[in-house]
Amino acid sequence: MAKIIVITSGKGGVGKTTSSAAISMGLALRGHRTVVIDFDIGLRNLDIIMNCERRVVFDFVNVIQKEASLNQALIKDKRCENLYILPASQTRDKDALTKEGVKTVLDDLAEQFEYIVCDSPAGIEQGAQMALYYADEAIVVTNPEVSSVRDSDRILGILHSKSHRAETGQPPVREHLLITRYDPARVERGDMLNISDIEEILAIPLLGVIPESQAVLNASNKGIPVVLDEKSDAGQAYMDAVARFMGEDKPHRFLEAQRKGFLQRVFGG
Amino acid sequence: MSFFDLFKSKETDRSASIAKERLKVIVAHERNQRNAPDYLPALQRDIMDVIRKYVDIDQDQLQVDLNDDGNCSVLEVNVNLPK
Repeated sequence: MAKIIVITSGKGGVGKTTSSAAISMGLALRGHRTVVIDFDIGLRNLDIIMNCERRVVFDFVNVIQKEASLNQALIKDKRCENLYILPASQTRDKDALTKEGVKTVLDDLAEQFEYIVCDSPAGIEQGAQMALYYADEAIVVTNPEVSSVRDSDRILGILHSKSHRAETGQPPVREHLLITRYDPARVERGDMLNISDIEEILAIPLLGVIPESQAVLNASNKGIPVVLDEKSDAGQAYMDAVARFMGEDKPHRFLEAQRKGFLQRVFGG
Repeated sequence: MSFFDLFKSKETDRSASIAKERLKVIVAHERNQRNAPDYLPALQRDIMDVIRKYVDIDQDQLQVDLNDDGNCSVLEVNVNLPK
């Protein structure tokens, strides 16, 4: 039985697409057949983060509207044979997604894949609701910042009331907190919400903490999911999060500020 | 923190705890609204109309909250009357 995972947040710019790319690549690297779907109709970006923007011929909406077959639209990742990408449409408006249409595509994908990762658009409108509707698991991406935490709580409310599982009285969607852009130095100074503050407010289990890292921008510049940068802190933190998702017990890393040398401490920087 | 940071204002130092307190309040308030029954806004309007028959008050001078006390719900109505 395929597992449907939504990567969601409410707020934009917190790292949903980066996380979708990293987590789906992480699952694929661990040997699981995985597909990642871009639900951001009209503003597709997963393709450019995954470096397949020039290979898009057909998209998610083409498949829903039966203008192309699923296999015509799926793009096979060149770095990992277990990973496929289903790009969003760049031209249609977001109302092109319907519950029935999305269900048909997800059912077809479930026959070929173990994990279906849904990269949600920002907001709480149609597109975001479609991305989370059929989810079994939700990874809520949150920055240590007031508007992001508040919006995450809003999206949790929608998961509780408007997901398919909630509407049909099934066991609820399993929720996971993924904190991104965490800056331990600012937390130590008391300028940034710490992990336990966010956990306490949102009250969902912590899946991982991704440190603020140069590696993330470098990875998107090159179109390489950051987990492929094995030496980077962010890449390792994402692989740890994927391991925890699979039930492994991994301690959280990169939670402490790097100690500076004497000169740096005196002169700053 | 650098040596020179010691001379900077201490005011921003605890901004994270301010953020936490503000978030706790707004999130709790929004969760309450989310779980409130659908009739609550209509009930609030009707109470407002009744009060306005006697006293002229503004929208923000009436607060209606439904709090879950475990085995029963408490409807809390707060009205600020002008002097």
